[in-house]
Amino acid sequence: MPQLGPNKMILQCLLIRLFTMAVTLFGVAVVVFVVIRIAPGDPIAMMLPPGASDADIARLRALYGLDKSLIEQFFIWLAGVLRGDFGMSISLRQDVLGLVMNRLPATLELSIMALLLALAIGLPLAIIGARERGTAVEAGIDVANGAALSIPDFLWGLVLILIFGVLMPVFEISGRVSPQLELPFVTQFYLIESILRLRFDLTKDLIGHMFMPALALALPLAAIIAQLLKQSLKELLSLDYVVLARVKGFSETQVILREALKNAALPTLTLVGVQFTFLIGGTVIVERLFSYEGLGNMAIDAVINRDLPLIQGIVLVFALIFVLINLAVDMTYALLNPRLRHG
Amino acid sequence: MAETRALPRAWNARLWLSGGWLLLILLAAVFAPLVSPQDPLAQDLLYERLPPFWMQGAEPGFWLGTDSLGRDLFSRIIYGGRIAFSVAFAAATAACLVGSALGLIAGYYRGWADRIVSRIVDIWMAFPPVLFAILLVAVLGTGLTSVIVAIAVIDWTRFCRVVRAEAMSQSRMDYVENARIAGFGRFDIMLREVLPNVLPSIVALLSLEMGIAVIVEAILSFVNLSISTDDPTWGGIIAEGRLSIHQAWWVLVFPLVTLFLTVLSFSQFGEGLKARFDPVLR
Repeated sequence: MPQLGPNKMILQCLLIRLFTMAVTLFGVAVVVFVVIRIAPGDPIAMMLPPGASDADIARLRALYGLDKSLIEQFFIWLAGVLRGDFGMSISLRQDVLGLVMNRLPATLELSIMALLLALAIGLPLAIIGARERGTAVEAGIDVANGAALSIPDFLWGLVLILIFGVLMPVFEISGRVSPQLELPFVTQFYLIESILRLRFDLTKDLIGHMFMPALALALPLAAIIAQLLKQSLKELLSLDYVVLARVKGFSETQVILREALKNAALPTLTLVGVQFTFLIGGTVIVERLFSYEGLGNMAIDAVINRDLPLIQGIVLVFALIFVLINLAVDMTYALLNPRLRHG
Repeated sequence: MAETRALPRAWNARLWLSGGWLLLILLAAVFAPLVSPQDPLAQDLLYERLPPFWMQGAEPGFWLGTDSLGRDLFSRIIYGGRIAFSVAFAAATAACLVGSALGLIAGYYRGWADRIVSRIVDIWMAFPPVLFAILLVAVLGTGLTSVIVAIAVIDWTRFCRVVRAEAMSQSRMDYVENARIAGFGRFDIMLREVLPNVLPSIVALLSLEMGIAVIVEAILSFVNLSISTDDPTWGGIIAEGRLSIHQAWWVLVFPLVTLFLTVLSFSQFGEGLKARFDPVLR
């Protein structure tokens, strides 16, 4: 067997990952399709006013392709999806892909804001905890981590609503932007566009709305980052090269930042990637809680309205995002890990 | 070495505190008709939005106040505990049985069984869990059974992943090899040798999963998809409290505190049990 160079190995790894990704997505498509078709209750009957004739119902069923066999329906739908045609939403009477693309930026902005918050909270806690290892400070960080980990985003959201919405009303607890504001935006990436257009008044309003839901999503992830990174830092701090740096006269904080952090980051990165998908999954209920107009909030409405095409589209988009994040994490790991990089 | 001795004691306190809270809620739920001071469904517009007992305008007998329809909050939280705990025990047990069995088989037998199970787990992990739960309940129709089935269908992967990994590492141990040399069949070894060693992790996870089930049930009833709207559920009370937060904060605060402590207790109880079973930590 010929020896593969490191680049070829990464390429081979990438191809295998792309293949499993496709299998996973196909599996998701099958599961969603099957689950939805088990549903009792006819979505077509719900669309029409009572007293609609059987001919009307039949015509509408044919329009949405519901008169064909299940397997036919699946492949018609799948072929459409591959062409970018996700069908029409039954409750909103619009193109599913358009609806999803319209809401996706709001959810992405929220998720990335939450990820940044989680890093902003988790990183300093890990560094402080590693520096103050064995003291009451570390014990305090551990207790806070334990609590933040056991409480899910839904409950944090409610707690934040109580504290910062009612007791000290400093943040908005409902919506994405104040309704009275005139929005000059052409894309749905409001936050990014407001910064690019230098409309910082709008940026401030958007962040004021986004901060609470983002923090609710961020807290469990921040705890995981703090816990895992602190653990790896503590292990590294007893190694020879770190001891050497200390002997050279670097302070403990300098040692952590210059020497240990770089090497501790890799295992943390892998976990953060997986946890980031959980965070995005959490947007579904957190958006609902804060009436934030994102994809998750629309998904719940779609389920309540039995809007099958819309549900299928949203679930597939979520699944696509999840597998892409996992792929990105695997690839980054392969590129950064010196053991893999040098074959 | 005062630190090492203080640590197990702290774990014990954690086990007792969390276990005590769970027992308290469980007993209150079981004996709800005896314990609750009012009928949880009785509406009385004269008593709407009464504050809790220490505030002005409170009525005796309505300790935690009432909601916008004049229903007693304390009684509703106690009755809500019945549904929360039914879902917690049934859904977590079902998820545990399915997930642990598949994980054990995949991790011990490896081969094609492992490939199939792992592929299904991958597919399951690509679903946003909350959306999946809401979708399943919408499809199955609201009701206690649907909620339990939905949670079990979604969360078996949690058990499967952990048990598979543990079974894999246990299978490489000497005692498994010894059992094989002693002439035991593979199935026997899996049940008699591997399973008991994986059990502590399963028990800890089971307790954690009960907390998760309580949350998922609350989320489902929050979006009004759990059981019928008449029966009080913690999520249902919270949803109402979220709406009337500026008029009657207590409708949100008390069920939220109950839910918070219950979920925290389930996870701490699980961790405490694990620490107690773990021979290395003990």
